[in-house]
Amino acid sequence: MLMLVLFHATVALVVPWALRHDRRVMTYVAALAPLATVLWAARQTGAVAEGRPIAERFDWAPDLGLVLQFRLDGPAWVLLLLVGGVGALVLAYSVWYFGQPPPLGIGVLVAFAGAMTGLVLADNLLVLYVFWELTTLCSYILIGGFSPEIKEHRRAANQALLMTTGFGLVMLAGFVVLGQAAGTYTISAILARPPQGVAVDVALVLILLGAFAKSAQVPLHSWLPAAMVAPTPVSAYLHAAAMVQAGVYLVARLTPAFAETGAWRPLVVVVGLVSLIVGGWQALWQDDLKRLLAYGTISQLGFLMVLCGAGTRTAALAGLALLLAHGLYKAPMFLVVGVLDHRFGTRRGSELYQTGRRIPFAALATALAVASMVGLPPFLGYVAKEAALEAFTHGGVDVAVLAGVVAGSVFTVAYGLRFLQAAFGGNTETPTVQGLKDDAVSVWQSAFRGADGARVRLPRVALWPIVLLAVAGFGAGLVPGLWQEMIAPYADRLPAVGKGYELSLWHGLGLPIALGALTWVLGAGLYFLSPRLRPVWAALSRLPTGRQGYHVVLKGLFKTARGLTRRTQVGSLPVYLAVIVLTVLLLPGTSLVMALNRGTVPSLETGRVQPWDHPVQLVIGVVVVSAAVMAAWVGRRLSAALLLGAVGYGVVGLFVVHGAPDLALTSLVVETLTLIILVFVLRRLPERFPPLRRTRAARVGSAVISVCLGAFVTTFLAVAVLSRQYAPVGPGYAREAAEEDAKNVVDALLVDLRALDTLGEISVLAAAAVGVAALVLTGMREERPRHRDVPEPAETPGGRWLTAPGHPPLGPPSVLLAVTARVLTPTILVFSVYLLFAGHNQPGGGFVGGLVAGTAFVLRYLAGGMRELSAALPVDASVLIGGGLAIALCTGAGGWLAGGNFLQSTVLEWTWPVFGHVKLPTGFFFDLGVYVLVLGLVLSLTRTLGSSLEKEPEKVSGGAS
Amino acid sequence: MSLVLLVVVGVLFSIGFYLLMQRSLIRIVVGFVLLGHAANLGLLLAGGPAGAPPLLGRHLPGGERMTDPLPQAMALTAIVITFGVTAFLLALAYRSWLFLDEDKVQDDVEDRRVNAEARRGAGDEYASHEVAEEDHG
Repeated sequence: MLMLVLFHATVALVVPWALRHDRRVMTYVAALAPLATVLWAARQTGAVAEGRPIAERFDWAPDLGLVLQFRLDGPAWVLLLLVGGVGALVLAYSVWYFGQPPPLGIGVLVAFAGAMTGLVLADNLLVLYVFWELTTLCSYILIGGFSPEIKEHRRAANQALLMTTGFGLVMLAGFVVLGQAAGTYTISAILARPPQGVAVDVALVLILLGAFAKSAQVPLHSWLPAAMVAPTPVSAYLHAAAMVQAGVYLVARLTPAFAETGAWRPLVVVVGLVSLIVGGWQALWQDDLKRLLAYGTISQLGFLMVLCGAGTRTAALAGLALLLAHGLYKAPMFLVVGVLDHRFGTRRGSELYQTGRRIPFAALATALAVASMVGLPPFLGYVAKEAALEAFTHGGVDVAVLAGVVAGSVFTVAYGLRFLQAAFGGNTETPTVQGLKDDAVSVWQSAFRGADGARVRLPRVALWPIVLLAVAGFGAGLVPGLWQEMIAPYADRLPAVGKGYELSLWHGLGLPIALGALTWVLGAGLYFLSPRLRPVWAALSRLPTGRQGYHVVLKGLFKTARGLTRRTQVGSLPVYLAVIVLTVLLLPGTSLVMALNRGTVPSLETGRVQPWDHPVQLVIGVVVVSAAVMAAWVGRRLSAALLLGAVGYGVVGLFVVHGAPDLALTSLVVETLTLIILVFVLRRLPERFPPLRRTRAARVGSAVISVCLGAFVTTFLAVAVLSRQYAPVGPGYAREAAEEDAKNVVDALLVDLRALDTLGEISVLAAAAVGVAALVLTGMREERPRHRDVPEPAETPGGRWLTAPGHPPLGPPSVLLAVTARVLTPTILVFSVYLLFAGHNQPGGGFVGGLVAGTAFVLRYLAGGMRELSAALPVDASVLIGGGLAIALCTGAGGWLAGGNFLQSTVLEWTWPVFGHVKLPTGFFFDLGVYVLVLGLVLSLTRTLGSSLEKEPEKVSGGAS
Repeated sequence: MSLVLLVVVGVLFSIGFYLLMQRSLIRIVVGFVLLGHAANLGLLLAGGPAGAPPLLGRHLPGGERMTDPLPQAMALTAIVITFGVTAFLLALAYRSWLFLDEDKVQDDVEDRRVNAEARRGAGDEYASHEVAEEDHG
C-alpha cells in the first residue's frame, strides 16, 4: 500500500516533466496511477469480502513513534474504487478539457490521487492527518494555480485553504487527545478498545469539526461554492467525488467505536440534516450550474454524514453505498457542465438554450446520473436511498430524522430536475410538465432518430468519461449483493435493528418505497412551483451566511493581529534587547540568586579558586578592561576601532597564558584583519559617532541592565565552573587524537573528531562572504570588480618589476611599501602552507593558514590597490570559497567511499620515489578545504569592503567634526 | 579558576552589551566583537585551569597538566565566525550609511507603520467592501 502511494508520488513528479513535450500522452500516462489503485483494490476483493482486512506497517522511526500503518477494509475498498476510477477518467477527460494540459496541474492531480489513496488506507491518526492536509494543499494549488492572476481565484483558494487547514489543526488537536487517551494512534487499535472520558468527548467534537469543514457542512461550507472557480475536472474530482468525501469517510471510520459517546450522534445528525436541507434549498436557486452542483454536493454530503454517523447497521450500509453512488453521479454532472462551458461558452442556466438537442448523448448520460441521484430504480442511488429510509423507520427520535431526510430528498429531486432543465432544456423561467416532456423528446430524437443538423460532435475522450461514470451508477445498482458483501464486515460491527437488512433492489412494498415515491412526487411539485417561491428565497437570503461569517472571522483575526503587533512590537532594537536581558535576569537570574541564598552551590573554599593563573594575566587583564571601557567611551570611530584592536591583542595574550597557542595564533591574525577591514569601512564614514539623542533615563537604564548582565554572567560562570563533578571530556579527545596519530589535539578535533561542526562553521563563513558581497555590491554603479576586468598590469614581461600597477587605497603610493609587500608575499605564503601542514602536530591548521595567506594578499592590496591584488592572485574569490567548501565536502564523501561514515577519516600511505614513504590522513584534505575557503573569505572581504569602497560614493559625506 | 579571567569576562560582557544597545551601527559592531571575546574567554574558563598547550608527545615539567582541548576547538571556529559576521555587520553599517545617511539602527519601518495605522484607527487591509455581495449568486 505504501508502494501504491509512492507510485503516485513518482508519477506525479516524473511524468509531467519527462513527457512535457507531448501533453496528451503525459496525461494519459498520468492516468495510469489512479488506474493502478483500482486494479490493486480489485485484486483484494476476495480478502476484504471475507472480512480479512489487509494491514501493512512500515517502521520509519519506531523510537519516536513514527510508524506508517495502512489497512484495507470494506469502507477503504469502496473509496479506493471511487478515488482511482474517477481519477483515471477525470485525467482522461482533462486531455480534451485543457487541450494542452498544464504539467503542473496534471502532476498535482496525480499527487492528489496519491494523497487521497494514502488517506483512505491510513491506519494511524497522524498518518491520516498528513495525507488529509496533503489533499488540502493539492486542492489549494488546483483551485488557484491555473489562473493565479485572477483575484477571485486567489481568494477562493485562500478561503478553501484557511478553512480546511484551520479546522484540520483543530482535528489534529482532537487526534492527539484521542491518541493520548487511547495510548496508541493506530486507528484499528483505538476502534478495538475505544477510550472513555471527558477528554475523549472533547476530542471527538474537535475531530468532527475538522471533518465538517472538509466535507463542507453548514456552517463551514462556504468555501466549496467559492472553489467552483477551479477547472471542471478539479471540481469533479476533488470537490465532488474524492476530497470532500474524506470528512464523511473519517466519520464512517470512527462511528463503530464512538457513536454512543458524548455528542457524537446528535452533532453529526443535526449538522448533517441542516446541511442536507440548506444545501438542497440553495441549490434550487443557483443560476451558475457549477454552484448549483456545489450546493447539491453540500446537501448530499450532509445526507452521508447523517447515515455514516448514525451508528446503526442499516444506516452504515446505506451510507457507504451512497458514498459510492454520490461519486458516480456527481462527477459526470460536473464533467457535463465542463462540456457545456466549453462548447457554448457559458455555464449559466439562463444563457443556455436547448443544448440537449446538440449534445444528446451527454444529455442522456446526465439524465442517468440524475436518475441515480434522485433514487430511481434500479440505480445504485435507489438502493442506497431505500436503505437510508429503512434505517430511520423505527420510531422514536428517528421520526424527526426521517422527516428531515425526506425533506432533503424532496429538494434533491427538485434541483435535479432543475439541473437537467437548465443545462439542456428550453424555458427555465416557468417550468411546465409539457415543456419538460418536449425537451426530453427532442433530446431523444436528436440522439436516435438520425440527422439533426443541430448536433455537435463531441470527441470520445470528452463523452466517454461521462457515459462510463453514469452507466457505472446504473450497473452498480444491478449488483447490490456485491456491495452488501463488501460493506457487511464493517457494518456488522454496528447494532442492527430487527433482522439484518441487506442492500437489494426489491424489499417488497413498504414504508421506504412509499416514502421514496413521495419524494419524487413532492420534488417534482416543488420544482414546478419554484418560481412562486422565489420571493421566499430572496427574503431568506438576508439571513447571515457562512461566507459572511468567514469574512467576519478573518476581519477579527486581522484586527487582533494588528493590536498584538502594536503592543508587542514597538520596533526599537534596544528595547527588544532589554526585554531579552531582563528575561534572562528575571528567570535564570532569580533562581541563581535563590540557589546562592540556600547555599546549594559549591563554596569558594574548594581550593579551586586562585586570583590568577599567572601574574601576567593580571597585567593583561587590566589592559583589556581599560581598553574596553575606553572603546565604549571615545567619540571617534577610528579611536574605537584601535582600542578594539588593543582589546583583541590583549585577549591573544590571555590565550597564550592559558595555554592555547592555536587560539592565540588564529586570534592574532583575525585581530589584524578585523582592524584592517574596520579601517576600510571607517574611511567612508564620518569621523565621529553621531551625537546621542537619548534621554538620561534611557542611558542610565541601559548601563544598569548591562552591568547586571555582566554580574549575572560572572556569577553563573563561577557557579558553573565550581559545580563540576565529573571529569571533562576533553582529555578523552586527547586519547582519540593519539589513536589517529595526531599530536595537535585541537586541530584533530577540528578536522577529524568534530569535523561536521567545522563543516557547518565554514558554511557560515561562506554565507557571510556572500552576504557582504551582496550588501556592498548590490545597487552600485560600477561593475563588480573582478580580476579579469582589470587590464593586465605587466605590459613588458620581465621588465619594470617595481612599477606598481595600481594606487594604494590609503595614502600616497610608497615604493618602500610596495617592495616590502612583494618581497614578503612569498615568505608569508610559504609560512601559511607550513602552518597548514604543521597543524597535524604543531600549532597551526587550515583556519590560521588561510588567514595568514589572506594577510599576504591584503598587504599587496594595501601597497598597490586593486590592480596589484588582481595581479598577485588572478582568481575570483568566489571560486576559492566554493572550491574550499567543495574540497571539504568531497573529503567527507570520501569517507563513504572508504566504506565508513561521512567525514570518517583514514590514513593514506604510499611510497614516492624521492619523498619515500608518505603518510597522509584524509583530515588533511579537509583542512585544505578550510584553508582555501578562509583565504577566499579574506580575499572576498578585501575586494568588496576594500576596492569597492575606494571610489567616493555619489553622496556627500555628512560627517560631524 | 582564575578570578582575573572571571572579572575580565564579566566586564567584557557588560561593555559589549551596553554597546549593543546603542544606536550607532559601528558601536554595535564594537560591542559585538567584545561579546565575542567575552564568550571565547568564558569557554576557556569553563574548560578548567590554565596549563600546558594541548600538544601530545611533549615532556611536561613537574606535574603540569594539559589544558582541555575541546573549548579551544570551539573557540577557534567561533573566532573565525565572529570575524565573518563582523565583516557582515560592517557591510550593513556601510550600506545603511550610504542609503540613509546615518549608520544608525532605525526603528523597524513596518512596526512603525503598524503603530501609526493603529493610532489612526485605519489601515484595515481586509476592507469590508471585499465581502462579495453575490453570496447567493
